[in-house]
Amino acid sequence: MKVTTQVKNQHLLWRAGFGPMAEEFHQLSTASNKSYIDSLFKASAKGPEYIDVAHSALKGLAMGVREVGQANKPLDEEQRRKMRQQSREDIKSLNLTWLNQMVNSHQQLREKMALFWHGHFASRNLNILYQQQLLDVIRRNALGNFGDLLREVSKSAAMINFLNNNQNRKNHPNENFAREVMELFTMGRGNYTENDIKEAARAFTGWGANIAGEFVFRKNQHDTGIKTVLGRNGNFDGDAVLDILLEQQQTATFITQKIYRYFVNETVNTDHVAWLAGRLYQSNYNIKGLMHDIFTSEWFYDAGNIGNRIKSPVELIVGIRRALPMQLENESIQLLFQRLLGQLLFYPPNVAGWPGGRNWIDSSSLMLRMRIPQLIYDNDELAMKPKDDDDQMMGMRDARLKKTGKKGGQIIAAAVDWELYIKKFEKVPREKLLGAISSTLIQTPNAINTAVLNKYIDAGSRDNFIKTATIQIMSTPEYQLC
Amino acid sequence: MLIKRKQFIQLGSLATASMMLPKFLKAFEQPALVPPGNKVLVILQLSGGNDGLNTVIPIRNDIYYKARPKLGITKEQALTLTDEVGLHPALTGLKDLYHDGSLGILNSVGYPNPDRSHFRSMDIWHSASNSNEYLYTGWIGRYLDAQCKGCDKPTQALELDDVLSLAMKGEQAKALAMKDPRRLYSSSNEKYFKDMVAHHAQDAGERPVDYLYKTMAETVSSADYIYKQSRLHPTKAEYPKSDIGNSLKTIASLIFSDINTKVYYLSLGSFDTHVGQEGQQKRLFTDMNAAITAFVKDLKANNRFEDVLLMSFSEFGRRVKQNASGGTDHGTANNMFFVSGGLKEKGILNPLPDLADLQDGDLKYKVDFKNVYATVLNKWLQTDDRAILGKSFEHLNFL
Repeated sequence: MKVTTQVKNQHLLWRAGFGPMAEEFHQLSTASNKSYIDSLFKASAKGPEYIDVAHSALKGLAMGVREVGQANKPLDEEQRRKMRQQSREDIKSLNLTWLNQMVNSHQQLREKMALFWHGHFASRNLNILYQQQLLDVIRRNALGNFGDLLREVSKSAAMINFLNNNQNRKNHPNENFAREVMELFTMGRGNYTENDIKEAARAFTGWGANIAGEFVFRKNQHDTGIKTVLGRNGNFDGDAVLDILLEQQQTATFITQKIYRYFVNETVNTDHVAWLAGRLYQSNYNIKGLMHDIFTSEWFYDAGNIGNRIKSPVELIVGIRRALPMQLENESIQLLFQRLLGQLLFYPPNVAGWPGGRNWIDSSSLMLRMRIPQLIYDNDELAMKPKDDDDQMMGMRDARLKKTGKKGGQIIAAAVDWELYIKKFEKVPREKLLGAISSTLIQTPNAINTAVLNKYIDAGSRDNFIKTATIQIMSTPEYQLC
Repeated sequence: MLIKRKQFIQLGSLATASMMLPKFLKAFEQPALVPPGNKVLVILQLSGGNDGLNTVIPIRNDIYYKARPKLGITKEQALTLTDEVGLHPALTGLKDLYHDGSLGILNSVGYPNPDRSHFRSMDIWHSASNSNEYLYTGWIGRYLDAQCKGCDKPTQALELDDVLSLAMKGEQAKALAMKDPRRLYSSSNEKYFKDMVAHHAQDAGERPVDYLYKTMAETVSSADYIYKQSRLHPTKAEYPKSDIGNSLKTIASLIFSDINTKVYYLSLGSFDTHVGQEGQQKRLFTDMNAAITAFVKDLKANNRFEDVLLMSFSEFGRRVKQNASGGTDHGTANNMFFVSGGLKEKGILNPLPDLADLQDGDLKYKVDFKNVYATVLNKWLQTDDRAILGKSFEHLNFL
């Protein structure tokens, strides 16, 4: 298979971002690959803006300031319940706001990288202040230095609470954080012993976070004795242990492997990973450098690396919205899609994050994925309920989902800007239209069966042809891949 | 994908609906009918690491109460099974099953070199691997592989969930995940999808796109079948409206049908009670107890209780000592429940864990969970357990 410039550019845009936007369809085959790489990095050079969606009452609480009339009175159970509910609602807003960033931001590489780290430093936490703080840490450091990222995440209230380090005390060590920092955040299994974990846990004693979400070091809870971690002896504190972990070449290898699997190919090429990991380690963990190495490597554009990645649910939803510019009246339906498809942002299944790849696909999730484009086109009802999760719902499950249809299901209520989309194909002659739409939307080498497609396309007018062909092509197994 | 001529002839009334399906898929349009006395296994996963010591309580053990001054469940609170053994207060229905002779409790189940990370320990239980080996298939998945060489039968094992667990994934065959039959049916009953499947090249390769088409093909043809089966004899019994209640209700309806399903899988959680264990475990057990009680009553009323084995497990137990946050940290060995009208041995199947003989504050395992799997595979599902588990494990006597 010949890898055309268009395929290359689309490959880059899908892997380093969330796929091409309708606005840029016309330049996908003409702009050079280098210019696309350069502009991706340039656009993400600037730091991101802090996303702040937390209700002021929650922030007031955190700052120790009570609302008028409640001064100095502790909250009663009902008030606490309301606060928790507010926090959960705000996390939904955070989800949708970030999702909009992924769709609309020029900082595609930063947001994509942030999504990767969001799964790597997976944290389930019901406190909106902690969640938006951790998201900021991840987005700010997404392309920065991995050591800085690791340190900031390790000291974030979200992670400290999620992995119980507030309960990690001198006489009652809690090993949860020490274990996960080695197993999942830095080195990977098999590179340390149970004893390393026990000893490292002692070093992290006293690390905590206060209600305002600030890191605190509780000196009297810290174990000041000598610890042995990965063969090193000393009166280590948490920072020292993180330094020891970063000194291990294995950390660079583990991180590079995971990034390679996510951005290049689930099947690792050990030569490529060894080369990349060596350079990551040499650069003292410069993430941007690693990503530049990947996207400028010739092998990144090998046919074998193209069109073989199963899009995550978030990538799928965001990708559709980039290709089909639309106004969503019922934005919250995106939360429902995320839950049904198994990737609700801010609610990873566990500290290991989403396993990805073929794990996204089971019979029901695949069928829903392929129905989404049609739901958008028809404004049809989606009468599916996700698995209950008491963490997130608290009896408020559908409060946001207001567009209930006759059958009690959800209506997506999307207004697609077809005019803009159709215009992008105005120079394509009718007989080449199907091929042009298909090659813009599909990255797999084998084309979709046009005989089948044509049966379901409305050829009544050129506009309808483009619309229905687009919807049908998006409703295929091939469109699940990038 | 070889299909025998006879199987084609069996297509019968479904032939019209399946005209557009590739030939190899038609095989499971008409699976063999369930023989009478068909044994069914229901696996209940308690996700997050259930605290076994507060589930099956050593009510006369001072070490237990010393290690858990706050969390310990007193003899008075516990439901009495024997002089020595109590049950968590929320498990009233299971207490009745115990006295009824339909409950088996196996203590100290685990594996050598236990792993205390959730997903790894869960992987070990799902894949039936040793703690130092990594398998990408699950034990039920490999059962499917062995059952059905050369054909796809994703309905032989069903998971009541949105996502399929590793336990249910074989090398060739994979089980099917669905929350309920109607939803599966409505989402896959699209002409366009059926048409796409019919026209896709059938030389199944290894690429992700082939995997997607295969999954789609299996779903389209299974959805019809499961849905029809679920409506043959839907249960009229009352079940609690919880997730687990709904799932067990769906399972009961399918058990009463002619479906070829041998294994059902469902999960309840999270039992990861580092903090605030008392309330969390009680809440989950209350749901579990009510759902199992309704399920057993239903099975009994339909004379199927002898053919159904419900088995619970968790990826690990928890530390003997409570932690400082009203919870317990990750531990090792744990107990398993077996609920069935067809148990050969009932009650407390082996001694309670010896709290005076711990390893770094954790229980020592006495029974490898792979012995349980071997027993269930061999004696209940009547298959070659050695082929599925890779080696021979001694069988237990409760079946």
